[in-house]
Amino acid sequence: KIESLKVTVDFLKVPLGLKKPPLKEALAAIPGKPKPRTPERHKPRRSDAMDNESQYSGYSYKSGHSRSSRKHRDRRERHRSKSRDGARGDKSVTIQAPGEPLLDNESMRGDERDDNWGETTTVVTGTSEHSISHDDLTRIAKDMEDSAHLDCSRHLGVALGVALALLAFLTPLAFLLLPQLLWREELEPCGTPCEGLFISVAFKLLILLLGSWALFFRRPKAFFPRVFVFRALLMVLVFLLVVSYWLFYGVRILDSRDRNYRGVVQFAVSLVDALLFVHYLAVVLLELRQLQPQFTLKAVRSADGASRFYNVGHLSIQRAAVWILENYYHDFPVYNPALLNLPKSVLSKKMSGFKVYSLGEENSTNNSTGQPRAVIAAAARRRDNSHNEFYYEEAEHERRVRKRRARLVVAVEEAFTHIKRLQEEEQKNPREIMDPREAAQAIFASMARAMQKYLRTTKQQPYHTMESILQHLEFCITHDMTPKVRPQRYLTAGPTIQYHKDRWLAKQWTLVSEEPVTNGLKDGVVFVLKRQDFSLVVSTKKIPFFKLSEEFVDPKSHKFIMRLQSETSV
Amino acid sequence: SYVISFSFQQRIEIHKLRQGDNLILGFSIGGGIDQDPTQNPFSEDKTDKGIYVTRVTEGGPAEVAGLQIGDKIMQVNGWDMTMVTHDQARKRLTKRNEEVVRLLVTRQSLQKAVQQSMMS
Repeated sequence: KIESLKVTVDFLKVPLGLKKPPLKEALAAIPGKPKPRTPERHKPRRSDAMDNESQYSGYSYKSGHSRSSRKHRDRRERHRSKSRDGARGDKSVTIQAPGEPLLDNESMRGDERDDNWGETTTVVTGTSEHSISHDDLTRIAKDMEDSAHLDCSRHLGVALGVALALLAFLTPLAFLLLPQLLWREELEPCGTPCEGLFISVAFKLLILLLGSWALFFRRPKAFFPRVFVFRALLMVLVFLLVVSYWLFYGVRILDSRDRNYRGVVQFAVSLVDALLFVHYLAVVLLELRQLQPQFTLKAVRSADGASRFYNVGHLSIQRAAVWILENYYHDFPVYNPALLNLPKSVLSKKMSGFKVYSLGEENSTNNSTGQPRAVIAAAARRRDNSHNEFYYEEAEHERRVRKRRARLVVAVEEAFTHIKRLQEEEQKNPREIMDPREAAQAIFASMARAMQKYLRTTKQQPYHTMESILQHLEFCITHDMTPKVRPQRYLTAGPTIQYHKDRWLAKQWTLVSEEPVTNGLKDGVVFVLKRQDFSLVVSTKKIPFFKLSEEFVDPKSHKFIMRLQSETSV
Repeated sequence: SYVISFSFQQRIEIHKLRQGDNLILGFSIGGGIDQDPTQNPFSEDKTDKGIYVTRVTEGGPAEVAGLQIGDKIMQVNGWDMTMVTHDQARKRLTKRNEEVVRLLVTRQSLQKAVQQSMMS
């Protein structure tokens, strides 16, 4: 991931004669690293790209490793004279006050840490990214304990169902076989009708088997917090059916040793028919009933307001929740906490009304808390201007993003002109023939810098590791995609499911609802799917009843005349 | 049997009034060969596409000259107005270099009055 990225950076810097020791440290710390062959193939420009890349790995989850390479990287950054926006250059040298909001650029904090490197070993992990990673770890541990319990109950349910199914399946066979085994001598011979019935029983059982397999034996896609009402109902029904049949069988046939074998066979056939009808009922209840759309669900993400509408049929709240989640992963753009925050200049102005800059001033603000109105008025006045700042900052950001995007697209196009697919007839040196992976690596260098800059501007870099970028490039090359397709994935924030599994965080959803979750959906029901950092608020509305009326239009009735009637005053 | 039709025509002379940069006559016209004749409330024959007076401003030059609402304009300064488009009619009435327009109008009330007096 990010670590492998930084390792490559350091590795590349070696030939240029810059610092070595942090490289060894980093290398030792990380188990896997890219093939040593990789750097040799690249043009020297790649080091530029990697350098840029490494600056923005501030979102690393493991702060330990990054510290050393960040220090190394920041020193290098100071050495280089690059053309950057003036703002960035400024920020890299000023010492920021401790009261500054924590949304500041990561490299800034890196500078601070560099200065205090010897003294402190703690890392400020106040941003949401860091806290999420720690929370994740603790929660995953907790989940593993919980899931032990949950698995038990889930498996219990499955085991019960399987047992019942087996019982139901074997009962007709038992009905047929028991008389044969127990009182064969006394049975009346049963000719062709019986054989016909045997065949029908066999085929019906086969159909039942296939149908049950198709309907029930599927990987559960979710674990529901409560019992699934319809399934429970069906299991109870089957159980009662089988039990009642056994009762009758036991009393009427076993006890009295009925000789009419045909009757017994017909009894068994009727059980199989009843089971088939129960299966039909299961299909209707579990599958068909929810297909016809009855409700519109509106799912709104609390963090940034992204919302979608979905049409569903009659479902219980928990099933609707799972449905929403399935669609969430491919409809909603991925949650990017970095995009939620106001630009730093705006926030710093806003906060400066309340925050303190140094201990000296703290006393004075303590005094001024006795005059809250003055403070609030001052803050309110300042707030009046911040919308202006916000607007300009937004416009500037937009312009920057567009510029970088243009650079990226051009870089990708140019990069793709360097390779072409080997035609069968052409004969080339085996050394020149590359497989997709190598081809990807070869052209990655020329677009890496533009890519990195773009990702940094749109704050997407935590979502795209170098490995994933290379893989995507390989994919595009293998399938002969035009250079237009290649950056599509990065230009817009795609749906969550497109990213790496780590980003899915699929196990952490909690369903919060005022009504019992096995209740059906009704108009006006609201439930919330909570996650650690945001929640999805889902509200229900009934689809309106449409009254369609018919109107017949004769095709010959389309006739037109001039209908002008103007009045002019003279 | 014979059908005798009378059409009484009246000559009206309007002196245009200068209002700022414009010369106004003080009435509104409707109708024309490019218009829908069935919408005309003043015409007896609903296929008549002639130019009719739809409104007369109070105290304006047209009222002073004796033009009445519902009059059909047959001629303006010698130009025929029975087979013109609405815009052509407007242009003929609002020529900038003319201070006086002489209209030939025909009026239904006149016709009705004559018919009634003939029948009684």
